[in-house]
Amino acid sequence: MKNQVREFRNQMNWTQSDLAERLDVSRQTIHAIEREKYDPSLPLAFRIARLFGVSVEEVFQEEGADENDSAGTVTGGK
Amino acid sequence: MNIQNAKTQGPAPTPAPSPTPIAGKPGSPSTRTKKEQLRDHTKNLAFWTFLWVLTTAIVAFGPVFIWGGRPSGTWITVAAVVLNFSVGLMMISSNARHLRLQDELMQKVQLQAMAVTLGLSLVAGITFSLLDSTNLIRQDAEISVLVVFMAVTYMVSLGLNFRRYR
Repeated sequence: MKNQVREFRNQMNWTQSDLAERLDVSRQTIHAIEREKYDPSLPLAFRIARLFGVSVEEVFQEEGADENDSAGTVTGGK
Repeated sequence: MNIQNAKTQGPAPTPAPSPTPIAGKPGSPSTRTKKEQLRDHTKNLAFWTFLWVLTTAIVAFGPVFIWGGRPSGTWITVAAVVLNFSVGLMMISSNARHLRLQDELMQKVQLQAMAVTLGLSLVAGITFSLLDSTNLIRQDAEISVLVVFMAVTYMVSLGLNFRRYR
């Protein structure tokens, strides 16, 4: 999954540690997310989007999905 | 869970507070940040681990060097074993709490290392035991060898996982 976490963080002038503290996770987790080595859980993804004041699709995009897919309906189940 | 076009929710107006203390009454343990709780639980885990090692040593050496030869020696040994087992359970409980307090990436790293350790220990342990029972090795298949193998496997796996997400 691709993400714009680093871009949004830079816009806010936050360091990785600042963001980690605000999200109550470790700095390593932010680093791994930004380098797209780790996809966060759905709750953490929503917390990140809420912190930046944007929708979750603006921060995270499915790799290979076209724009229509990424803006459309996502349906899942437990 | 159903997410109907999450984009229609629009930007959330309220950014999360920072830093994020766990909600609760002021001064109560729940007002501490997760970091502080994790630090406290690390000390708690170290305490129970130390106590478990100590009680294990008492069970191992006590019957010979401390209460050996006494008439009630057997009962003291039984009590020491029960104490050692109970402390072991507390150590496991403390370890589980410690794991739950870690953030999701750290949990993933730890659980992956545990999975590798469990699998390799099972396979290597049975192979080691078979080598002993078929007399292909001279030494007995001691449990201590398996414990050392588990510790090394866990540490190596943990290191590799940390490197993967670095």
